[in-house]
Amino acid sequence: MIKTHWAAVCALLLSFFCSSAYAGDSAGMIKVTKGQVSIERNGKKMPAEVGSPIEVADRVRTGADGSVGVTLRDNTLLSAGPNSLIVIEKFAFDNTTQDGNMSIRIRKGTLSVASGKIAKRTPESVDFHTPTSVLGVRGTEFVIEVAGGNDE
Amino acid sequence: MSKPGISFALAAMLILGGCASERIVLLPSVDGQKSAVVVRDAAGEVLLDQPYAAIKRSMDANKTYQSSAQEVKERFAQALSAQPGRPLSYVLYFEAGGNVLTAESQAALANIRKEIAERPASEVMVIGHTDRVGSVDGNDKLSKKRAEGLLDLLIESGVPAAKLEAVGRGERDPLVPTDDEVDEPKNRRVEISVR
Repeated sequence: MIKTHWAAVCALLLSFFCSSAYAGDSAGMIKVTKGQVSIERNGKKMPAEVGSPIEVADRVRTGADGSVGVTLRDNTLLSAGPNSLIVIEKFAFDNTTQDGNMSIRIRKGTLSVASGKIAKRTPESVDFHTPTSVLGVRGTEFVIEVAGGNDE
Repeated sequence: MSKPGISFALAAMLILGGCASERIVLLPSVDGQKSAVVVRDAAGEVLLDQPYAAIKRSMDANKTYQSSAQEVKERFAQALSAQPGRPLSYVLYFEAGGNVLTAESQAALANIRKEIAERPASEVMVIGHTDRVGSVDGNDKLSKKRAEGLLDLLIESGVPAAKLEAVGRGERDPLVPTDDEVDEPKNRRVEISVR
């Protein structure tokens, strides 16, 4: 009984340490900015510039005059128009095997997506979340608009 | 349900949905390949699989329709104009039995350096590949070594090391699919991906 307990604890710990994406892991880089664009990380807000790294758990926000373009490490292209809030909820990508997963959320505004290597290899491990739905991709370019979405 | 009950349910839906309305449009793919988006919610799923196939969602009501280049331009011009440059991929080949690039690949290298210099905040992945002779593990190492050799060459030619990353894909991604243990020169290559 105790043994099975320990086995369960070990399995849990293992799954925790092997979990593929952590806040702070590198996800991509900002390649384009226009107007007001900021990155929110650990509750702090910083201005986003061309060359700023994007990490897992970052929130990217654009002002009324802002737009931003991000290239993720698997070559996924994300770009957002004015008054947008995009959250990099999960991102992991292994360069050697090209295994990975990503989960991106748009809370408000507009987002255009050109999917990358993860979506090509394992489309089931890529999803995009809007306030009321989940999008699965099949090697794809698409746009999402959320009007009147939540600001947080 | 009584009338107050209905209006309460409506109010709850309004609050939960935050009065949000959403629109999703599938764009034509740049490479002309077939593509699709599946939109799922509690009620089920909708497949968008034709260029400009679209869905508008509000108050949990789904309306599919055919959008157009014109509508996408009107609603998404600013998001689309902020799209980063498409990653570019170049393939370099080696002379037989060594680490010397072919003449064509030497010339291509000049173009690659130019692309790296001109692209804003460029990042470069140098990806080594092998043929299927030898073990998977051995080929992982060999491909990494090939990539690192080229990475050194790029650094020597003035590309900042911080932009560069070397990766060995081993025999996973042959240009010409072969049986195991087949010596195929086209598969002994290094790919440079600039994003």
